[in-house]
Amino acid sequence: MTAETKPLTYRVDLATPLDIRGYESQEGYAAVRKALKEMQPSEVTHWVKEANLRGRGGAGFPTGVKWGLVPMGEDAPRQKYLICNADEMEPGTFKDRLLMEGAPHQLVEAMIVAGYAIQASRGYIFLRGEYVLAAERLQRAIEEAKAAGYLGANLLGSPWSFDLFVHTGAGRYIPGEETALINSLEGRRARPRAKPPYPQIAGLWGKPTVVNNVETLCNVPHIVLRGIEWFRGLSQGKSKDSGTKLYGVSGRVRRPGLWELPFGVPAREILEEHAGGMQEGRKLKCWLPGGASTDFLMPEHLDLALDFDTIAKAGSRMGTGLLTVVDDSRSIISVVRNLEEFFARESCGWCTPCRDGLPWSVRLLAALERGEGRPGDIEILEQLCRFLGPGRTFCAHAPGAVEPLQSAIKYFRHEFEAGIVKPAAQAVAQRTPAAQAVA
Amino acid sequence: MSTAPARPTTESSTAAEPYALHVDDCASIEEEIRHYEDPRAASIGALKIVQKRHGWVPGGAIPAIGRLLGIPATDVEGVATFYNLIFRRPVGRYVIKVCDSVACFLTGYEEVRDEICKQLGVGFGETTADGRFTLLPICCLGACDRGVVLMIDDDTHFGISPQDIARLLERYP
Repeated sequence: MTAETKPLTYRVDLATPLDIRGYESQEGYAAVRKALKEMQPSEVTHWVKEANLRGRGGAGFPTGVKWGLVPMGEDAPRQKYLICNADEMEPGTFKDRLLMEGAPHQLVEAMIVAGYAIQASRGYIFLRGEYVLAAERLQRAIEEAKAAGYLGANLLGSPWSFDLFVHTGAGRYIPGEETALINSLEGRRARPRAKPPYPQIAGLWGKPTVVNNVETLCNVPHIVLRGIEWFRGLSQGKSKDSGTKLYGVSGRVRRPGLWELPFGVPAREILEEHAGGMQEGRKLKCWLPGGASTDFLMPEHLDLALDFDTIAKAGSRMGTGLLTVVDDSRSIISVVRNLEEFFARESCGWCTPCRDGLPWSVRLLAALERGEGRPGDIEILEQLCRFLGPGRTFCAHAPGAVEPLQSAIKYFRHEFEAGIVKPAAQAVAQRTPAAQAVA
Repeated sequence: MSTAPARPTTESSTAAEPYALHVDDCASIEEEIRHYEDPRAASIGALKIVQKRHGWVPGGAIPAIGRLLGIPATDVEGVATFYNLIFRRPVGRYVIKVCDSVACFLTGYEEVRDEICKQLGVGFGETTADGRFTLLPICCLGACDRGVVLMIDDDTHFGISPQDIARLLERYP
């Protein structure tokens, strides 16, 4: 493992993460020194843009472009905020935990460099409350960094001052959405805000705010230290996307785990070489490429490069890049029912399609699972996929929720049909109110 | 026509109940407030501080926190009832949170859940008769390569199978 090929993880140690002295001895905080002493804030943003760093939280938005929307210069508000979205809760995703528990100083350094680029006055690490160990380790890293002069007033003798805080949440999935996160950080119920204005203009306490994922931010010091060309070359020509990616596999495979690999490796390599393939006696049925809110893909998609554009072309999303594999012992209905129960429970309730549509889908799926589905149920589910889709709801929660549902119907329609009661039984049974409402 | 059943209430959970924040908790909340540009932002932290003392948030604490932060009690209650890690009803000595998200679901969640429910004699949202455990479901705990994952209070336990349950519960007397 070297800094050149595995920048994000070469210093990760879960048992005893590096303290500031150990971290500094391995190029730690060198990026802070370089940025503050040799680069203008706009140069850092320019480098991140040119390096083509895209958001690792799931959406893949170009990080430098996001930063570029923040007002800069004399007339910009004095208060600006950088928030690290460390509310890792996308089912099937377990990458940010590793970065925070195993290399807390890397994230602290990343926040300082990114904060410098947008000239933030404060940074917050919005950490889910359940990550108790990460909270302790990040807190300690912040204190060490402060004592060493990397945080606080006039950093390293520059005119810029920056403070960093860990904010731990109190549960719910929805604060992962960036505007809901801002509401939550302000001490409100975590419901999303209307956009525009975008957070870069009016975010936390109405001030310019950037929200970036943990893994996204952790790339920043390495780009500053080693340069644009190096970062673009990390994907070894496998992808238009740059850098490395933390890829992982969970489910009934031989060696579930997490690996830092060049961006755009084929899913097959991850599943078969790194995860050791399916467990004895099990076959791959389908897989989620990057969390619960991505469309299922099939075994025939395994040779696709796991990058944003390729997976999008196949009708799904790369999302967080951590694969959840479903084996052939599972009925797809039960898996989708589990996924939609999650989304229904975690809907913030702010808008009607999401609040009422998701529990409806759960009721229909549970009936299909018991073999008590009614004729028309599949069509209602398909209709829900449209009514909860992009543009119909306040935020991306419901559109994400229907991605696994719509793809399950597409690939496994026969399983849905098998859940519908036979005509003889149907004559006796009453129609559900749900079905009547749409009929 | 039958009348709707009365909503279950817990005697001591109303906001009208007199409550004085502990002096240490006041200090901790004041310290929290200093992390933010607006005291309201400390509302979740304040609720967690009070919960740490009692295991849950008694009703009277809601307006007390509101007064300290300078925000309406209804706003504090709105926050307290939104987030699943804030408890507005008494819970057991230990709170068990079992991940029921997709990766654990695929690697044995149902068997683990059934075993816990059998041994404790309670379902989700319930507390054992001896007041020892409250059982709750929780979202993906971010360790999907080591499922089934569950938490007991602040401890996270990985790779749990049904045969581990009895020994695990013994560690929480």
